[in-house]
Amino acid sequence: MISGRFKSLLVAGFSVFYLFFSTAVFGQEDSLHQAAKKGFNAKEIIFGHVLNNHDFHILDIVGDNGEKHPISIPLPVILYSKQRGLEAFMSSHFHHGEQNYRNYMMLTDEKIEELKLDPNKYSAQDILAVNDQGQIDPSIRIYDISLTRNVVQMLISLGLFLWVMLAIAQKYKTGQGVKSAPQGSQSLLEPVITFVRDEVAKPNLGTSYEKYLPFLLTIFFFILINNIIGLIPGSANVTGNIAFTAVLGVISFVVIIFSSDKHYWGHIFNPPGVPLGVKFILVPVEFISVFIKPFALIIRLFANMVAGHIIIICLISLIFIFGNMNKFAGWGTAPFSIAFTIFIYLIEVLVAFLQAFIFTMLTAVFIGQAIEGKQHQHHEKHEDSMLA
Amino acid sequence: MDLLTIMLSTPIANAGGAVGAGLAAVGAGIGIGQIGKGAVEAIARQPEASNDIRANMILTAALVEGAALFAIIVGFLAMVL
Repeated sequence: MISGRFKSLLVAGFSVFYLFFSTAVFGQEDSLHQAAKKGFNAKEIIFGHVLNNHDFHILDIVGDNGEKHPISIPLPVILYSKQRGLEAFMSSHFHHGEQNYRNYMMLTDEKIEELKLDPNKYSAQDILAVNDQGQIDPSIRIYDISLTRNVVQMLISLGLFLWVMLAIAQKYKTGQGVKSAPQGSQSLLEPVITFVRDEVAKPNLGTSYEKYLPFLLTIFFFILINNIIGLIPGSANVTGNIAFTAVLGVISFVVIIFSSDKHYWGHIFNPPGVPLGVKFILVPVEFISVFIKPFALIIRLFANMVAGHIIIICLISLIFIFGNMNKFAGWGTAPFSIAFTIFIYLIEVLVAFLQAFIFTMLTAVFIGQAIEGKQHQHHEKHEDSMLA
Repeated sequence: MDLLTIMLSTPIANAGGAVGAGLAAVGAGIGIGQIGKGAVEAIARQPEASNDIRANMILTAALVEGAALFAIIVGFLAMVL
């Protein structure tokens, strides 16, 4: 038999031998890339869903000559720049980036390639100021405050949320559910609200939970309803937008800071029972963690939602990617892909609830840590449910 | 050599991002698996505390997953930037 040392020498020799072939593949990489792009561009579909758009894109009709006719609901575009002032118009005037309107141009992926713009600085759906000949004017800085897809969807879910909640509150005011058993939508929401109060607010906030309960309930239901509506096919990805989650994180941070007292800051800058040498390391870490904790809230919600959406779209795109190579491969991939997608979709519904709950629970935990000092004065025992 | 470096840079950045995200998923799997193991053993020892244990398990799992998602976002940035 071949000895052990000779075998490992053979393995090493074969690995180096294959390495030489791997470079040749890179040489062909670009042409392969181009062919896949013309047929089915999965990247465009993924980023078109996950990022923000100036219209509600419903579907594309591919004509006989391969031209795409997109069908979409246009949304208002509101632009402000110092040189040109405030301008507002519908995004349908751009005709999906084919025409310039009032000396503004909307970028698409093809235009970025055509005009050789830097893809790190410019992305699709950006609006740039152009002069009459159609050349980009880089001196004008545009503030894009339009009603984009995410904003409109957020307002729709906000309206839905307010409508449901106010209707239920009205029912409670007339005594239904207080003196008699709750009915209808009351019995849907009352267990959830009681859950947030008993499992999230009371254990973490102690006796002063009533002050923070409206805030926690609002955060919970707002994130939940935006998550759920974002899962409907064709809708926008509101919670998967870093700006949205950043605002929620900043609001939580402000609430935490405003409810902290000197016991909290005393514990951060002068932790009790810690030797002096360790304090030098611990105090900067503790101070930075005051900012890192809300930042983690932001990233957690954003990354979970974006990852879920991307996985679902990728699994469905697999069908089309294989279908472009070979029609029967596309049909064959369809059952597996759809089965996986349904599985991931159910997990995403669970993740929608879970992420709303986790955001609320962690905000409650951090507020509880901040108001802890007052609790020490009222009770002698320390709350066990708070995690460091 | 320059042409080769240019041709290699984007695929290697993509590969680096993908490998990093995959390793982060391994880390998340190991971490959450340990949390599940501890939680299930604790419930086996004391079934009446299962509600408290479940709440703590979900909370800790979300924290661990948050850390893993940091790494996945960085992997994504490596591919895009």
